[in-house]
Amino acid sequence: MSEILKVNHLGKIYSSGSKKLRVLDAISFSVTAGETFAIVGPSGSGKTTLLGLCAGLDSPSEGTIELCGTNLGTLNEDERALLRNKEVGFIFQNFQLLPTLTALENVIVPLELRGVKEPAKIGMDLLDKVGLQDRFHHYPSQLSGGEQQRVALARSYSGKPSILFADEPTGNLDQETGDKVVQLLFDLNKEANTTLVIVTHDMELAQKTQRIIGLKGGKIVSNQSVAVS
Amino acid sequence: MALRDSKASGTRLLLFMASIILGIAAVVSIQSFSENLEENIAIQSKALMGADFLIDSDQLPNERVWAIMDSLGGADAKAATFASMVVFPNTGKTKLVSVRGIDGPYPFYGELQTEPALAADQYQESGGALVDATLLMQYDLKVGDSIRLGNSSFAITGSLISAPGTGGIGASIAPPIWIPYRSIEETGLIQTGSRVGYDFYFVADKDQDLQELDRVVDPMLDIENADLDVHDTTGQRIGRRYNNFAKFLNLVAFIALLLGCVGIASSVHIYIREKLQAVAILKCLGATRKQTFLIYLIQIATMGFVGGLIGVLVGLLLQLSFPLILEDLLPFDIAISLSPKAIFLGLLLGVLMSVLFALTPLLGTWYVSPLQVLRIQENGIVKSRNASLLVGLAIMAFIFIFCYWLLADLRYTLFFVIGVLVVFAILSAVSILFMRLVKKYFPSSWGFTARQSLLNLFRPNNQTTVLILAIGVGTFLISTLYFSRDILLARASIEDSEKAPNLVLLDVQSEQRKAASQSIDEAGFPVLDDIPIITMRMQKIKDSTVREIIADTASSINSWILSHEFRVTYRDSLVASEATVDGEWPQTNAQANIIPISLADNVARDARVGIGDQIIFNVQGVLLQTVVAHIRTVDWARMQINFSIVFPSGVLEDAPQFFVLTTNVPDVRASAQLQQTLIQQFPTVSIIDLRQVLTVIEDILDKIAWVINFMAFFSIFTGIIVLIGSVRTSKYQRIKESVLLRTLGAKSKQLLRITALEYLYLGILGSGIGIVLSLMGSFLLARFVFDTVFVPSWVPFLVVLPGITLLVLLIGLLNSRTIQLTKNVVASPGENRESRYRL
Repeated sequence: MSEILKVNHLGKIYSSGSKKLRVLDAISFSVTAGETFAIVGPSGSGKTTLLGLCAGLDSPSEGTIELCGTNLGTLNEDERALLRNKEVGFIFQNFQLLPTLTALENVIVPLELRGVKEPAKIGMDLLDKVGLQDRFHHYPSQLSGGEQQRVALARSYSGKPSILFADEPTGNLDQETGDKVVQLLFDLNKEANTTLVIVTHDMELAQKTQRIIGLKGGKIVSNQSVAVS
Repeated sequence: MALRDSKASGTRLLLFMASIILGIAAVVSIQSFSENLEENIAIQSKALMGADFLIDSDQLPNERVWAIMDSLGGADAKAATFASMVVFPNTGKTKLVSVRGIDGPYPFYGELQTEPALAADQYQESGGALVDATLLMQYDLKVGDSIRLGNSSFAITGSLISAPGTGGIGASIAPPIWIPYRSIEETGLIQTGSRVGYDFYFVADKDQDLQELDRVVDPMLDIENADLDVHDTTGQRIGRRYNNFAKFLNLVAFIALLLGCVGIASSVHIYIREKLQAVAILKCLGATRKQTFLIYLIQIATMGFVGGLIGVLVGLLLQLSFPLILEDLLPFDIAISLSPKAIFLGLLLGVLMSVLFALTPLLGTWYVSPLQVLRIQENGIVKSRNASLLVGLAIMAFIFIFCYWLLADLRYTLFFVIGVLVVFAILSAVSILFMRLVKKYFPSSWGFTARQSLLNLFRPNNQTTVLILAIGVGTFLISTLYFSRDILLARASIEDSEKAPNLVLLDVQSEQRKAASQSIDEAGFPVLDDIPIITMRMQKIKDSTVREIIADTASSINSWILSHEFRVTYRDSLVASEATVDGEWPQTNAQANIIPISLADNVARDARVGIGDQIIFNVQGVLLQTVVAHIRTVDWARMQINFSIVFPSGVLEDAPQFFVLTTNVPDVRASAQLQQTLIQQFPTVSIIDLRQVLTVIEDILDKIAWVINFMAFFSIFTGIIVLIGSVRTSKYQRIKESVLLRTLGAKSKQLLRITALEYLYLGILGSGIGIVLSLMGSFLLARFVFDTVFVPSWVPFLVVLPGITLLVLLIGLLNSRTIQLTKNVVASPGENRESRYRL
């Protein structure tokens, strides 16, 4: 299997005046295409920073990241945006839907940015899949938290991404709703055969992936494969 | 995407739009009206002159002028115009009028409108008079009654409703009376010193090139103290006069538009700040910087276009009211039509100004990191300093270019742009300073509601500065109008003392002088001035004759100096309205060959002469050699008889002269009685009642002030819209605060007081600074431009300040109604949503 994400000697340092804060230090790992992968660790361990760097949302201070065969360090901001649009999907803890767009409009945003003509059909199908067939024209503020995350889920798969990054996807949901969303996430992932990278401090969720790396103080402290049931 | 996003932000974008609608409406209405005015003048230029071209002079034509006129086929009609007193024998009342003696079928174009209509054709043959319709009404006269002009009586053949070249401001002071030309001599009104204008009207051949005629013949006539005017250049001249006024109004309208743009910039700043998270999400999903920037740029440009469109429509409707508003200031009727140029200008201004003023906050979208989706960064809008500087320069360049286009004068444009910047900067600085001072010296001892309302001025996303700017600029404009009116009236007013003349007798001949003085004395009034006047023209300035100077195209001497008939007096000293600039007052020396004289500084400047330069005057055929010994300033605006050239006593006493007598009468009734007595005795003398002139000036100033006030209110209304916009922008935040306060036990009355006090502070601060700035500006204007003492009117303090403060308070409270009504439930941030969250 080919490597879809390759992280090599990654480091991130934040500067505040003369003070420097190292958030990530010598991180190296790789993820193969179709693999499900979790990054776990306590608050402040650098999980979200690592996710941002892997997805090309930020630039590293040291090391390299290769995403879908492209070295992110060679791309400018707009080129990274185009790569994200083509290859990457996102799920966020706080859903991050556009409040001024309806559920359907939110789902088709990545397609529209790509210039796909008449993307509504794809959007409706996806909303149908996540059980929101009667919520097409509702605004985010008219939906519950679970429904909003399902819209986000539909949006993340609308562009048929090669890799999907999920940042604490159940962090803002109650146990029952969270479980349903996780189930949907894995079902859709299996169906689309997408690589899934989840950042979480929820070990129960992490255990559902094939591999887990543990972070502490910006360093990898464990890297283990999980026997998926 | 831009459309979808704007759909949900409709109400807010509508309010941004409203900020510029009024400004654009004001600019478009004035611009379109100016266009219409220009077109109407071009169309009506022949009707305004009543002929294709005319030759005019303030003296009877000499042989050379007659020869030129003969070579042009001879005049088709002629007229002589002069001011005189009319007596209404029925009542004995008198009035200063403009008498026009006509010979020939004038006007050839346009209409001589009379009642009855036939009177226009009959008055010359019957030897009657056409009398201004308003004058007939004022003095309760009718057709068939008689009037007396000088030594002659005329039957009123008809009432004069309109005629070419009549109407406008001049007709308010001296209404027109038309009589046959041949009757002028019998009246005996044209004597030594009378100011008479002679006009010879021509109808051109169909193919005659009038511009060429003007170019060739006018210089020949200039040498003979005559002028040739063709109808279209006369029309252009009239157009320019009104266009200057329109330009001024356009600038007032432009200020309203600028104010709206400041409102846009402020609202868009808050709008974009709220959209930054959405921008980060879009970038995260793969949108490029250009795509996200364009989404909001298209929204703003569309909003500007729609705002421009609505503004254009409102402006076009508004201009329909202008002929009514300006009716008394215009000498002709105006047909209103659509002006494509004004429509284009409105749309262009709408899009361009919205985009320009929104660019600075819009740039924020360019620099938002997609990482913000994962981490909420509280550092707000990050912008490049260079980009912001470029946008600032672009805004300044646009304002400058637009003003220059309006004014076509680099100096005035600079003054205007700098003036606007200074006012805006001072208002902004004062509001920022005020907030800092309140923060530093916060009145902690005040009650909760007063403290809370003061704190609201510093709330995040507050629009305190922009509101103070809007209210301040509006108040500044209105107050400055009041103060300027005060200055102008103070300059024109007559000193209220027995020593100050308020009745002036003009054209008193030498033989009438003694008797006229005696009559004034017998009526119990003092003769305050008895001023001799001699008319003369310049024959030679330094080494060049006037003819040589006219022929010299490189000469910088002002042309009016060369053709003007100066009214000169002689006396021993300066008068109150004069002050020495250079040299010494000319001493009497009857033996000297070269007579020392005193010149007004404007005459010396225009004639390019200084102390020691020689001028030869032609006094009715006799040449007088003079030398400039003294140069003085003259306060021409003073209501008294002023002279540009003064000779020393002992030189001109034997020259043909006439006199001006002045007196002081205590009231209007006494003035009317004295005028009647004097006109009965001396029918050829003209009398000016300065009190009446002042009333006319006041009336004109009132009319102009009304128009300017009308435009200034656009600024105030724009300010109100910006105010509504700001209340709406912070509505959710205010509701949240109110809910919190209510939950903690605040009563409705307390919430109301907090809001009311906040708007009260804004109103007082904005209008107060506006008035103080206006007071300072008016003081500088009075001191350095009008050189007069400035006593400000109380109106801005007693009416404008409380009025505008109350308006701000009312608008604020009306728009906060929903906040006041809020219980402990809060609406969701997205407007128009069904769901509501409990706190």
